[in-house]
Amino acid sequence: MAKPIIRVTNVTKQFSDVRALDNLSLEIEPGIIYGLIGPNGAGKTTLVRLLATLITPTSGSIEVAGLDVVRQANEVRKIIGLAGQYAAVDEFLTGRETLEMVGTLYHLSKKVVRERAVELLEQFSLADAADRPAKTYSGGMHRRLDLAASLMIKPKVMFLDEPTTGLDPRTRRELWEVIRGLARDGTTVLLTTQYLDEADTLTDYITLIDHGQIAAQGTPSDLKRTLGADLIEIRFTPKDAAAGRRVLAGIDEEHLIEDVIAGTFRLPASEGSKTFLHVAQAFEKAAIEPEEISLHRPSLDDVFLAMTGEPKTEGKGE
Amino acid sequence: MLNFLGDTVTLTRRNLMRIRRTPQLLFFSSVQPVMFLLLFNFVFGGAVQRPGIDNSAYIIFLLPGILAQTALFGSIQTGVGMAQDISKGVVDRLSSLPISRGAIVAGRTLADAARNVLVVSIMIGVGTLLGFRFTEGWLAAFGAIGLAILFGFAFSWISLTFGLAVKDPETAQVAGFLWTFPIVFASSVFVPVETMPTWLQYFSKYQPLTQAVDAMRHLTTGGGSPEAVLRTMLWVVAIVAIFAPISARLFRRAN
Repeated sequence: MAKPIIRVTNVTKQFSDVRALDNLSLEIEPGIIYGLIGPNGAGKTTLVRLLATLITPTSGSIEVAGLDVVRQANEVRKIIGLAGQYAAVDEFLTGRETLEMVGTLYHLSKKVVRERAVELLEQFSLADAADRPAKTYSGGMHRRLDLAASLMIKPKVMFLDEPTTGLDPRTRRELWEVIRGLARDGTTVLLTTQYLDEADTLTDYITLIDHGQIAAQGTPSDLKRTLGADLIEIRFTPKDAAAGRRVLAGIDEEHLIEDVIAGTFRLPASEGSKTFLHVAQAFEKAAIEPEEISLHRPSLDDVFLAMTGEPKTEGKGE
Repeated sequence: MLNFLGDTVTLTRRNLMRIRRTPQLLFFSSVQPVMFLLLFNFVFGGAVQRPGIDNSAYIIFLLPGILAQTALFGSIQTGVGMAQDISKGVVDRLSSLPISRGAIVAGRTLADAARNVLVVSIMIGVGTLLGFRFTEGWLAAFGAIGLAILFGFAFSWISLTFGLAVKDPETAQVAGFLWTFPIVFASSVFVPVETMPTWLQYFSKYQPLTQAVDAMRHLTTGGGSPEAVLRTMLWVVAIVAIFAPISARLFRRAN
């Protein structure tokens, strides 16, 4: 792994009555989209707030791009961006005014502020609405504006706290594209999400937090693999059943599972989609057309449910 | 330091923009003190005893008090606005930027002071229609307006402390009226403090609003007392010296 851009070492965060993070350590590789998932109250938001210098750890240390978030907080703030579910956009300011205000607060020159605002409004499809107050914006436009504001500088690290919560599916997908674009341009993205499909398709690496500690870690497919291999599920019409069974037995008789009642067969996809293709080709060769054939992977939901315990009482940390 | 000033200007402008773009809020927050003025002038004006100023209209007694009271009530909005920015995540967003923490707080109190200038001017306009006149010259008149604004600015820091403590805009609004009411009514705004029971006079004579009102009367119409101007300034300094550090601490802890 390249030199980590974020290094969290033995961090504990104690609020008066809740231990939001408990001796947590992790490292994040530069340039990736890193997902934090976990039940409500697990400590995701606390971790983001610590990384974004909004709060300080009770013990332990955190470095962002080699800078200490406590001792060099102001230096850290010059290279990070923060956006989230709140979409902290002023309703009464126009999109352009919001961007220009944030740019001014990043201490960019007047000229740069003006040019960068125009650029971002264009890039985030807000040019037509640039001079309308944000209260006339849709939910998706709000999030885009919030994100764009953080991009007035080119942040090395972008923190997104539940960036798509409450958005409709189409708008979510649009935002995913924007986030992927950020990573393509070299920004490391750390996002928290409640949507496991989002973590699955969008992130390169996932950490599952529960009770302030890491419950599981890995790439999305790693995590799912820990719950066992994918399964290929096949169903035939009754007239093809016998011939179909013979083909499957020819591939891996030992592991073939037959569900007589449902009329389906299951075969472990030990090599994932490669096994799937192999099975499909075998049917084509035998001129049998299964009524249904699908690849079943354990979903992140399964991982989530298997790895996290009972929900804990809502903490102040979230 | 240069960044602190620049950031404060940027954030003050942002807060003023909110006031400008929500004219209905500005309208109603000006109507309320105007109603106070009209109600007290016409309802209680005939009944209130005015030792020493028997021959003048009640408005001359009332308006300087209402000006200081308006500045005081206006300061409630500082805490409400801060609580609003916290609950909406605006403070988080601002805190993630490389700006001075003090600028977030200063931008708030300065914008509210600027709004107070506008509301106080409206009040003077209405008071003039009701028969009020400045008698001590331009310099004293501007001094009076400046003092009212400064007074409101000092109380903005108390309001800010409450807003940061409760973090919820509605609670801040209700709490704001709670702590300002005793100050407003146990003062010389509406009636001379000499008419109150002795035990209450210990509070009402020396509390900041009475001092401010007496100072305002002195600067606008030659009533009140000249020492009150100095005492008001002392109150302003004391309040800011106590509540600015407390609110700064609460602000750091809230984030």
